[in-house]
Parts: sequence; structure tokens; C-alpha cells
Amino acid sequence: MSEGGIVGSFIVPVHPHTVLVPEQNEGWQRLRNAFDEAAQRIKDSNADLLVIYSTTWPSIIGHQIQADPNPEWVMVDHDFHDLGSIPYSFNIDSEFAHAWDEANKKRGLKSRTVNYTGFPIDVGSVVALKLLNPENAIPAVIVSSNVYANRSETTVLAKSCLDVIKATGRKAVAVTAMSLSNRMFTTAIDPKDDKIHSLKDDEWNRKILEFLGEGRLEDVGQLSRTIHKQIRVQKVVAFKPMWWLAGMNENRNNLTGDVLAYEAIHGAGGAVVHLDPTPSGAGDKEYDEDDVEFFSGERNVLDAEGDAPSFDAQLSQPQQTATSSGPALWEPTTGESSVNSDAAPKPVGMYPHARRVGDLLYLSGVGPRQPGTNAIPGGPICDEQGAPLNYDIKAQTKAVVDNITRILEEAGGSIDDVLDVTSFLVDMDRDFAGYNEVWADTLGKVGPTRTTLAIRALPTPIAVEMKVIARAPKEN
Amino acid sequence: MFESWVQRVVFGLNADADIAVKRLACNMTQGEIVAGCLAPHPPHLVYAENPPQNEPVAEGGWEQLRWGYERLRDSLKDVDYDAIVLLSPHWQTYVGTHFLGLPNFKSLSVDPVFPNLFRYHYDLNIDVDLTRKIHDKAAEAGLAVKMMENPDFRVDYGTITTGHMFNPGWDKPLVVVSSNRSRDYYSVEVMQEMMIELGRVTREAILESGKKVVVLASNSLSHRHFTTESEIPEDMSKEHITSHAMHLWDMRMIDYIRSGQAQRILDEMPEFTEQAIAESDGGGLSWLLSTLDTPTYPGILHGYGTIIGTGNAIVEWPERNHKEASQ
Repeated sequence: MSEGGIVGSFIVPVHPHTVLVPEQNEGWQRLRNAFDEAAQRIKDSNADLLVIYSTTWPSIIGHQIQADPNPEWVMVDHDFHDLGSIPYSFNIDSEFAHAWDEANKKRGLKSRTVNYTGFPIDVGSVVALKLLNPENAIPAVIVSSNVYANRSETTVLAKSCLDVIKATGRKAVAVTAMSLSNRMFTTAIDPKDDKIHSLKDDEWNRKILEFLGEGRLEDVGQLSRTIHKQIRVQKVVAFKPMWWLAGMNENRNNLTGDVLAYEAIHGAGGAVVHLDPTPSGAGDKEYDEDDVEFFSGERNVLDAEGDAPSFDAQLSQPQQTATSSGPALWEPTTGESSVNSDAAPKPVGMYPHARRVGDLLYLSGVGPRQPGTNAIPGGPICDEQGAPLNYDIKAQTKAVVDNITRILEEAGGSIDDVLDVTSFLVDMDRDFAGYNEVWADTLGKVGPTRTTLAIRALPTPIAVEMKVIARAPKEN
Repeated sequence: MFESWVQRVVFGLNADADIAVKRLACNMTQGEIVAGCLAPHPPHLVYAENPPQNEPVAEGGWEQLRWGYERLRDSLKDVDYDAIVLLSPHWQTYVGTHFLGLPNFKSLSVDPVFPNLFRYHYDLNIDVDLTRKIHDKAAEAGLAVKMMENPDFRVDYGTITTGHMFNPGWDKPLVVVSSNRSRDYYSVEVMQEMMIELGRVTREAILESGKKVVVLASNSLSHRHFTTESEIPEDMSKEHITSHAMHLWDMRMIDYIRSGQAQRILDEMPEFTEQAIAESDGGGLSWLLSTLDTPTYPGILHGYGTIIGTGNAIVEWPERNHKEASQ
């Protein structure tokens, strides 16, 4: 069986006008024509799976995947109910849905399938499937949009989907059902008067479409938060479908883009865009965020940049920082001879990162948590309820060494100054080999003495911590 | 307005409910809000009750809240009223405020977020006359409004849950009002301004209708969910508020409720809604307090509890016992 992959991606609008009343507005009709063109391209691609990520299906407990092989009902939009009803009967690939659900769990995501008579399939999915797959010839799968999910969770969701696509040799088309700018007019309008809600929204939409037309999907994903702040109503943070679609395309920035239509639907920006995987001339990209392989459980949407300070933070003791799980974080203490670094993770108690005594530096125990985000590379060892999770000891060990390096550099030294290390592992049997391998590639080359101990637990859900004594750089 | 009422009744230009006509004929009394209630809608409550209408079966759970609803029902069991007016944040509309506008809705409601808990067969009646009155008055006041008259429309699970928990016999007609998401578009302040106006016209329409009405705002207080669910959803050992800050906010609001300080709730609504991520963002609580003319008498706290971390209070403002508020 040949390896599967994405044979095409589409961005399509969510409102029901294109299904029910395209003739009432020339722009709606152009969108409908673009849908029809997209359907033909999908057919011509010989795709055997449609994967829909819908922004109009919100979820709270992780992500939900539709698994009813033949969901049937009549959909009526909450706002545009006067336009009519849309009966539907879809062809869902239940087997793929279950496989994706399992793949999600392997990558640390909360996930479940849904298979219930009468489940209300959302308007975005209904519009996409009615128009892109009018004869139900291609089996489909639909996934929800988690209201709390941030980039890491959404990216990993795409990666787990790709895992299954590749493993099963499927030729998949990825679809995001979404608006660009999503600010609608808040009163009824005559269809002929429809236009993008504001010039600013229109300008942003056109910039997004310029990028997509050049195949620069990853650039749009990287701009997701900025776009959200500029042209989206604020209920759900971030322009997250672009994270998912970028992930489905392996974060490439050199796709071949084609904007089939861009029009207003009751003020919102609706576009039909085709992204072909054939490489185009573009491709240069700038990463400013991690490429996440495993979801470590931190849904920090509520702490997103630009949000008002949380009430938790206001109530907390001044030197502490509230976290969603695990012990509170502290500012490192500052005393005579203390060495602290903004580039190292915050302590979980009242102590400094390091202390200088004579010619030696004594470091507090260093774990793999990341400065700023508190994320754990390789994933945490358990979830918030204490249930064990799969994790990558090599990634954790490497992150510990990186944190040690940062602290030593803050003191004016380097990793080459390390003299003695005491390592703590929470699962010696499972982890010693991986830990030892990373050690050999890093600190092993420096040559400090080492003691490795098995312990029952560490304060945060990590598998490894190191206690370091290093040579202090000479003071001027 | 009263004159136009008489004209319409006398000349047969309006086929309003018999009850209203009889009241006018007998003693010309105006309508009355007998109570206003904060009546949250997490589907977990219906799931835990195991009513015949709901498909999933539970081993109980969330008793503090379900007992709270029992106390609320007991409080009103001897009170005569004609209709229930309910605003649900899960009928979310962005193009103004909408109203269910057909006499009956019957279907299956499946919660898109918790389909494992809530698959409820509903059959509810609408007081279309009272609905129309509120709709028309809101339109006159300049609010964007629309009647929902598509028979295929599925009623949202928030309406069904609150409707069931408040009146499981479904023997009173409803007025169902959507949640205009103006907070998402503008700000809590703009949302509140619109909801206070909607509350004012709701009250006016009820008083002019000659009917006795209970008004329900179907929303939680603090609304930060846990993003995981225990294997047994009704495992109460896992249930608690998501954070100390959320608890403090909920208690602050409940303190205002219990001490008759509705105006302070409205005054602090922007901070509460933002910091507690409160479901008051849907406008229900502001609308309710405005409909009750911003009560200065204490609300009765029938129950408080958390559901997947969100804070939920069941509160009754017994306006029938505070006639000065009805004038």
C-alpha cells in the first residue's frame, strides 16, 4: 500500500446562503459557483476521503469526531432560519473516525467519537458537505473546534489525522469550514446590499487571500492570533482553523494557491480557496513558534497574549504565578550571590536558580519545563487527574540540559563548566537508556562526575531533574 | 396602550388568550411577573434526573443543584401563572434577538457538546401572543428582532434543560428568547445596554398582556469548564469549581443577590463577565434583572453547585411578594 497524504485543501464559508438562496445576491452566486468548481476539482483529484474541520461545531472536552456512518436530519440555521431548511444524509467514514480518535489519544489529546441519532451536525459542515460532495461519493469525517484549544493542541490534532491518513494510504482532501472576517451585520439587510462589514475587514481579508493565493499557508497560520484580534469577534480565541490546515499540510509555505471566490455573506468574509500540494515558487517562512509533536495538556487560551490580566493573577500572592495545573510558580529569590535567569523556568518554591559560593556555582534542581510557557517538551508524565501519559524521556533530558546551559550562561559561564551532576529519574527502568543516550551526546562530552537516583515523584509532572555543581566564572 | 387593548378586545381585532381577556373583563388587572429566576441549563442536571424523555441513564449526581431546582419548584407550586418567558444562551443569534414563533415544537434535542449525556425528546408549546407582544415592543424600541417560524427548527438544549428542570410537566406555554451575542461583537457594556432595554419592554409587554408570568434566565455564573471529563460523568469526587477566583466571584454575586443589590450586579457585570468568563455574556442575567425592574428585595438562593467546574446558582426573585415592584 502506498503512503497516503493530502491531495488538496480547501477553505470554504459556513453560512447557508450558498446552499439555499445563492440567486438572491450576485456575490453569493459567485461563491456557489466556486463551491461547484471546488467539488469538480475534488472529484478530479480521485480523493477517497474528505476531512472537515468546522468552526461552527464547538467542543469543550477535547475534540469530537463524527462517527455515525449515515447521519440524517434537517438543519436549520440559528440566525438565518427564514432562508429555509437543509435536509442532509451524509456518508461518514466511521472507521477512519475511530482510528483518528485513537491517534489523537496517542499524541496526548482528549478526543472522542460521536455516533448518536439526531446529532445536530453544524451549519458549516452541512454546507461544506452538501456542496463539495453533492453525491456523497467520497466518505467524509468531521471534527469539532475546541473552544479552549490553542495552537499546540490544534497542530497536534492535524498531525494525528495525518498519521492515520499515511498509515491507511488514503488520498485525503482537508477542508476548513470558516469565515475570514466573521463580523456580520447585526440587523437584517436587503440581500442586494450585502458587503464586507468594514473596509478594515476587507483589507485584512484581501491580505490573507494574497498569502493563500501564493500558497503561503504557514504564513497565515503564523499570523493567526494577529488576524483574530483584527477581524474576528472575540468569543473564540485565535484564527485556529489555519493552524489545523497548516498542520495538515505539514506546515508548508510553498503550496499552489487559487482563490476561487471572495464575497460577503451578511457582512462576513466568505472565500473559497484551493490549496494544491504541488510546490510553488514561494516557500520561505519564518517560524516563531514550536513545532509540536505531542500535546502536553496545557490549554492556555485564556492567558493568550493581549487578554486582560486574569482575576487569578490579581488574587495571587505577588511573587507567585497561577498555573492551570501543578504547583504555583514563584519568582526566583534574589539575594546576595544569587544567579537567576529569565531564560530559565520559574521555580516552584522560594529559591534562586543558582547561588555562587567562592569559585563554585550551586544550581537548584533543574527540570525540563520551558521558560515562559511552562510546557514540558516530550509531554508530561501524567494528566491533571494523575492518569499516566506517554512521554519522551529524550526530549525531557535534552530540555533539562538546555535549561542548565541557560542558567550557566546567565552567570557568565557555559555548559563546559559543569563539574558534578546528581540526576533524578522517576522511572529508572523505563527511562535510563534514553536519558543516558542524551547525556552521552551532551554533558557526557563535558565530563562531569555523575550520580543517578530513582525517586518516587517530582513536584511537576516531569520524569527527570538534575542537580548541578559548576565552576563559577571568574569575577571581574 | 391600555386603551388600545380595550379597543382590540371590544372590536375583536385580537384573539389573545382567554385568560387575559377574562382578567380584563373581571377586574381590568394588569399582567404580573410572579417571579424571576436564574435557572441554569447544564444538561448534566437532566442526565442525572433520568427523566423518560432523556435517552442516557445516570447514577445520579449534582444533587445540590437538583435539590435546588426542587426547592424552586416547591416555592412556586401553589402560585398561579400562565406562561414562562425564557432566555437561553445556547440559542445564539448574531443578527438581533429572535423569538420562537410557532405554537408547538416537537423533536429530539441532542447536545452537540455533551451528546453522551443529553438526547432529549421534547414537545413544548409556545405562547405566540405574548411572544408577539414582546417582539413588537422590542421592535418599537429600536432593537433588531425576528420571529422564528421555521417548523424544522430544533430548539436549543439550554431551553430544553431549563424548561425541564423548572417545569418537568411542560404544562405551561413558553416564550423563548434567543441570546443576542452583542457582547462578542461589541462589549459587555453594549450587551448590557441592549439587554436592559429588552428587559424593559419584556416587562411592559407582560404587564400589558394581563397574564401572570415567570421569567427565567438560563445561565451559569462563572463559566470556566474543565477540559476533561471523568470516566463516569456523574462522579462527584471530581466536581469542584475550576479556581478560587471563580468561587470568589460567584459568592460575590450571590451576596448581592441575597442582599437585594441587583443594581450592583449590573454595575459590576463587565468585570464579572470578563474575569469569571461568566455566562452572563449571553445577556440573560442583565435582561432578567431589568425585566424585574432591578429588584431591591432579596433573591432566594435555592441552590448553588458546580458542573464540570462552572458555577451555577438557582435563584428566585419572588416579585409576587413585593407588589411595590409591580407598579
